[in-house]
Amino acid sequence: MNMEKINLARKLIKEYHYDLKAIDKGYTGRTLYVNVGSHDIKEKSVTQLIKDKFIGGKGFGLYYLWQAVTESTRWNDPENEIVISSGPVGGITQYPGSGKSLVVTLSPLTDMPMDSNAGGYFGPYLKFSGFDALELQGKADKDVIIFINGVKGTISIEEVPNEDIDTHIFGEQLTELYADNEEDKRNIAVISTGTAARHTNIGLLNFTFYDVRRKGTRLKQAGRGGIGTVFRDKHIKAVVIKVAGVKGNENHPVDKLTLNKIGIKMHKEIHDLDNSQNRMRQIGTANIIEVMDQYDLLPTHNYKFGAHKDTYKISSRVFTAKVTQNSPDGCWFGCSLACAKAADHFELKTGPYKGEKVSIDGPEYENAAGLGSNLGIFDPDAILELNFYCDTYGLDTISFATMTAFVMECYENGILNKERTGGLELTFGNIEAAFELIHQMSRGEGFGKIVGMGIRKMKEYFVKEYGADPKFLSDIGMEQKGLEFSEYLPKESLAQQGGYGLTNKGPQHDEAWLIFMDMVNNQIPTFEDKAEALHYYPMFRTWFGLVGFCKLPWNDIAPANNKFTDEPAKIPEHVQNYVDVYNAVTGMSIDKHELIRQSERVYNFQRLFNIRMGYGKRIHDKIPYRAMGPVTMEEYESRQERYDRQLVEHLGYDPANKTTEEKMKVLREYRLDQYEKLTDAVYKRRGWTMDGVPTAEKLQELGMDLPELLEVVKKHV
Amino acid sequence: MIKLNNRDYECQDGITVEELMKLNNFTYARIIVYLNGEVVLPENYASTTIHHGDDVKAIHLMAGG
Ligand code: SF4
Repeated sequence: MNMEKINLARKLIKEYHYDLKAIDKGYTGRTLYVNVGSHDIKEKSVTQLIKDKFIGGKGFGLYYLWQAVTESTRWNDPENEIVISSGPVGGITQYPGSGKSLVVTLSPLTDMPMDSNAGGYFGPYLKFSGFDALELQGKADKDVIIFINGVKGTISIEEVPNEDIDTHIFGEQLTELYADNEEDKRNIAVISTGTAARHTNIGLLNFTFYDVRRKGTRLKQAGRGGIGTVFRDKHIKAVVIKVAGVKGNENHPVDKLTLNKIGIKMHKEIHDLDNSQNRMRQIGTANIIEVMDQYDLLPTHNYKFGAHKDTYKISSRVFTAKVTQNSPDGCWFGCSLACAKAADHFELKTGPYKGEKVSIDGPEYENAAGLGSNLGIFDPDAILELNFYCDTYGLDTISFATMTAFVMECYENGILNKERTGGLELTFGNIEAAFELIHQMSRGEGFGKIVGMGIRKMKEYFVKEYGADPKFLSDIGMEQKGLEFSEYLPKESLAQQGGYGLTNKGPQHDEAWLIFMDMVNNQIPTFEDKAEALHYYPMFRTWFGLVGFCKLPWNDIAPANNKFTDEPAKIPEHVQNYVDVYNAVTGMSIDKHELIRQSERVYNFQRLFNIRMGYGKRIHDKIPYRAMGPVTMEEYESRQERYDRQLVEHLGYDPANKTTEEKMKVLREYRLDQYEKLTDAVYKRRGWTMDGVPTAEKLQELGMDLPELLEVVKKHV
Repeated sequence: MIKLNNRDYECQDGITVEELMKLNNFTYARIIVYLNGEVVLPENYASTTIHHGDDVKAIHLMAGG
């Protein structure tokens, strides 16, 4: 459908006027509620209690979602909400990486609260329009677009024809439609999803923003957990925001001088050191592809192995040549780390847009590892094109990749065959089959629909329909809590197994990435050391999502003198920057310890939210054995020397004259036991019972002993 | 025998930091090397030798992902 048709068919069904309002110290003090079913539009005040306990961003999202749902609400009930918020620091332009938006909803994959962050302009523009958060509730009969006009102070709900449109087209069309002229396009932010979100449980939310230099729209994604699926289920086609422009002091910080000073210091550090450190400005996060391979951490063939002889074909150097260089690719104003790379003028070889030349955002590391090595695909153009289709169709790349890797292994094990897949030969490395699968998801057809359910549901389906062995599927199906694993191989790092397993939303590495610290550096040898790391890092990193920061400028660049500090892994100077920036915006005077406590409050709230929804206990923190050790003989034998040595060193077990099966059994028992011991230590450190429930004492200590939380604790302890 | 990242490690007496890094395939760009608690700067990797009983740490600075 073209824009002209949409425009003609647009029907205004509700308009709401509100007073424009200046932001004070990072907050507007007000949130926006829109019910797309009843067309109710409301403003809500943000109380001091909400600010104190929940800060903003993901904290606000979880708070409003908790109020909106009950224990029995499911993801596709009208009561479910999608909440979007940036946080008090979100929207400043002085410090790199300050424009993130956090999205929270009940997930179709996990049935629990999901949180996912995205770059782009939406969160900051929402605040500039006068709102600290946006709650979307209800379910519309027909497709709607919500338009927040932060220039005039109006909010409208417009009915549009029921038809799915892919994001690279739709985002551009909406930007065009709502901007007054070319100059105004930078003032438009859009969220929407693509054609596959309706047919799968892994729909993502695209954040479209206008790239002035490229004269075209760009995309960033809130990828994880099926938020786009919820969005389409509500019949929301898009939310569009328009602002009057972006100024450096829009947040009215209390101390602009300090903000400027810290910002300038950080920009200089990036300018001087990025080229000799992570080359984020040159290639973005894809810089680590070959590093992961060299340390046996690059997921290959559904996480069987950590390296492959063909990785050089998809190394960062290869992608560097494909990505447009010397472009300030920030996803928010003022981000000099500028990692939001794109390959321009890429000619598509498959699908409905075959032959068209497009700009492809990325590749980020996750995409290259997931769509590449994990599927046995070592063709950089195929990876870029799969990446493009994931984005425009509205599919979470990580889930798509991990699910496809899973069905490829099922295919190679005879659980699937051509008859069951409708003719798709899903062997590792089959590029054609991977493309057909993704296009089927867009069309809502064939085996793509089954795969789109997610690994958890596929496992049940394959057992029921094909008589597959449930134990084998649960060993190799790389999901936990219903969410697919992100793209690192954690087998040789117990701490990272915890970094994936002992999380709130499921196995995404945004809580903790401890592999080097644990496996290579051996800095956290005891259970207590690992538990301390699994306390500190998840709490520290949760904080980014409360205030509106991107985590990359924290540790993808380090000051020159970082090596001389006591705890270089924490990058102490950057931690202090964050404390100072937060204080300079809000006028608070927190220190680095209070920063952790702010996160702990929200983290424990989320854990109890999971428990309230029937999940979030010890049993839900278990992970598939593929994440912990070799499931198959092929895996064991490929790293036999390593595993044999471990049997001797850790267990005093002599591997001589033993069969591979015997050795695998002993190793498995050992590793499962280690994970249980780690779980004990982490729960203890976090102040939880041995069943993983936060205690009343812990909540009291944090000042988080809210009656609704204590009630959940009482029921479950 | 030396200690490398708190593990016993067999290597030749007098090996340089550069050689040790190569032997272990420590290719990551952001590694801080400590020799008996003192930082060794990358420009000195080739000229700094390691002797039996030394305590070497090669700390890979990636806590992010
Ligand atoms: S570091 Fe990258 S992802 Fe983070 S804000 Fe900057 S450009 Fe965006």
